[in-house]
Amino acid sequence: MDLLSNLGLGFATAASPENLLFCLIGVILGTLIGVLPGIGATATIAMLLPITFQLEPVSSLIMLAGIYYGAQYGGSTTAILINMPGESSSAVTAIDGYQMARKGKAGTALAVAALGSFFAGTVATLLVAIFAPPLTVIALKFGAAEYFSLMLLGLVSAIALAHGSILKALAMVVLGLLLGVVGTDIYTGTQRFTFGITAYADGLSFVALAVGVFGIAEILRNLEGEQDRTVLGTKLGALWPSRADLKAMIAPMLRGTALGSALGILPGGGAVLAAFASYTVEKRLSKTPEAFGKGAIAGVAGPESANNAGAQTSFIPLLTLGIPANPVMALMVGAMIIQGIVPGPNVATDQPALFWGIIASMWIGNLMLIVLNLPLIGLWVKLLKVPYHVLFPIIMAFCSIGVYSVNSNVYDLYAVAAFGLLGYVLLKLRCEPAPLLLGFVLGPLLEENLRRAMILGRGDPSVFLTRPISAGLLVLTLLVLVVVLLPSVNKKRAEVFSESD
Amino acid sequence: MDRINKADFTAGLLFILFGLCFGASALGLEMGTTLRMGPGYFPMVLAVVLTGLGLAISATAFRTGGEAVGTYAWRGMVFILGAPVFFGLTVRGLGFVPSLFLTTLIAALAGLKLKPLYAVGLAVAVTLFCTLVFSVALGLPFRRFGPWLPIMGG
Repeated sequence: MDLLSNLGLGFATAASPENLLFCLIGVILGTLIGVLPGIGATATIAMLLPITFQLEPVSSLIMLAGIYYGAQYGGSTTAILINMPGESSSAVTAIDGYQMARKGKAGTALAVAALGSFFAGTVATLLVAIFAPPLTVIALKFGAAEYFSLMLLGLVSAIALAHGSILKALAMVVLGLLLGVVGTDIYTGTQRFTFGITAYADGLSFVALAVGVFGIAEILRNLEGEQDRTVLGTKLGALWPSRADLKAMIAPMLRGTALGSALGILPGGGAVLAAFASYTVEKRLSKTPEAFGKGAIAGVAGPESANNAGAQTSFIPLLTLGIPANPVMALMVGAMIIQGIVPGPNVATDQPALFWGIIASMWIGNLMLIVLNLPLIGLWVKLLKVPYHVLFPIIMAFCSIGVYSVNSNVYDLYAVAAFGLLGYVLLKLRCEPAPLLLGFVLGPLLEENLRRAMILGRGDPSVFLTRPISAGLLVLTLLVLVVVLLPSVNKKRAEVFSESD
Repeated sequence: MDRINKADFTAGLLFILFGLCFGASALGLEMGTTLRMGPGYFPMVLAVVLTGLGLAISATAFRTGGEAVGTYAWRGMVFILGAPVFFGLTVRGLGFVPSLFLTTLIAALAGLKLKPLYAVGLAVAVTLFCTLVFSVALGLPFRRFGPWLPIMGG
């Protein structure tokens, strides 16, 4: 069977001692930054991108992926123990997980979260393995018009799933697109918006933008009111859930996995949405909805499974189409390009070992996380106590080295300061940075495909509507936009996101 | 409570400003036709859209009512943003090791809680660790001590 031999190839690649080591480094680093305050997966991956130059492409992508789902894991730990989600996708876990911890069942909550995540990760990995190949076949039929429409759909969905005002999110996407076109025009060689600085001729540094907007802006926000975090009593209670607990978590875990897998494919941060959706569903289906918010196991198991499944399946659009579903995936695109791999449907056929190796490593990484983290939980709890004023100088040192080492270009360091300032000001003005980054990554691709489609269509814009796949995608885009702008949906959306703040 | 939502209003103005800047700059580029778009076509369309969105966001500020923007981390901005700039200015001249040490120290100044002696200790530790990892182990092509420090011999 094809699937089995492919998975075999994947596991053979991912299980080489070297790749196992990088997977381990990735998940440990990921857990670490998930636990530590003030630095998220996006900024960390951005900083580590340059270091991955030295590695084999497979190893570097395996490590970066490990950071991504490791951070999700660590984020739930802080959510449960100190009611502070390390990552936005574990915001829901904090609601009931923290209450469980206050009742002396922190150990159980952590174990439920870990088991739920592992189960969801296993299923979602399998789904990626099953659905990615047929999708690449469809993707190979895509022309410029289809790609343009698909990216438009991706950007609009990213807006739908962003926090806050839709108009602002739209503006952020457009600003991102504009920043993305800075540099040399590929058709004519004309310099655009470079202010005559030749160092910007290759475009603004993607790493500088990501580190500035996600890392530095976040540090500045944390510096507004310096305060130490209080860790809830270090007593964890029993780790292993009782039989009754296990029974209570099975159904929510299954539903969460299904929801998460479906929503993760959507562009624009499906994992966050999946966790919220799962929580709502569990609350509605529960026989004791009043227990939610007071330490319901279903309120931990469901969302945790959902966000992990979503994190996993968000690799599908990346691996098949080369279209990033969220900022972290945008960074993975950057990592692939750095390694000389063009993300897209050709990866599966041209580099099967890489493609299947990444998929297999996801499962191995999840296994590592559960084996590592449950026994090591005491260590992570200790790390929670590292004060912030010790952390941010370290983060700044790594930021500076990371950004500089991409091209040994000092202008990238000035750019990182500028983007940090821009990101901070926009954050203060309640503009979410994620759409900006997606716009930045997709900007050049969007323009290239638009221009190519217009040339192929002899200057007639109806080419986007006469090709069925493209037309379908555009209709879908319009639908998403209309639905999001409907007043009733808009209100509901505001409610969902206000719970996470 | 103000009548105007300052956050929305300022955000709108900022987007208008960006839109106009990119738009004005794109005027100097060749537009081309719809068939063969020039380098200025796509940015121009985006700049117009961004300006429009900025106008719309500012307009909504009059409807939504006030919302506090909160304090700005001025001290943080100076030192945190200054750190990478300082690194950029000195990494070639001073070399990786001294430049990184000072960069970490500058960043540490952004907070008020770290005592000076601890800050120096932290900077030493970070410099040592980063030199070992990036320069020695990963072999990134950094000059450890630069030409501004002739005594060290580079």
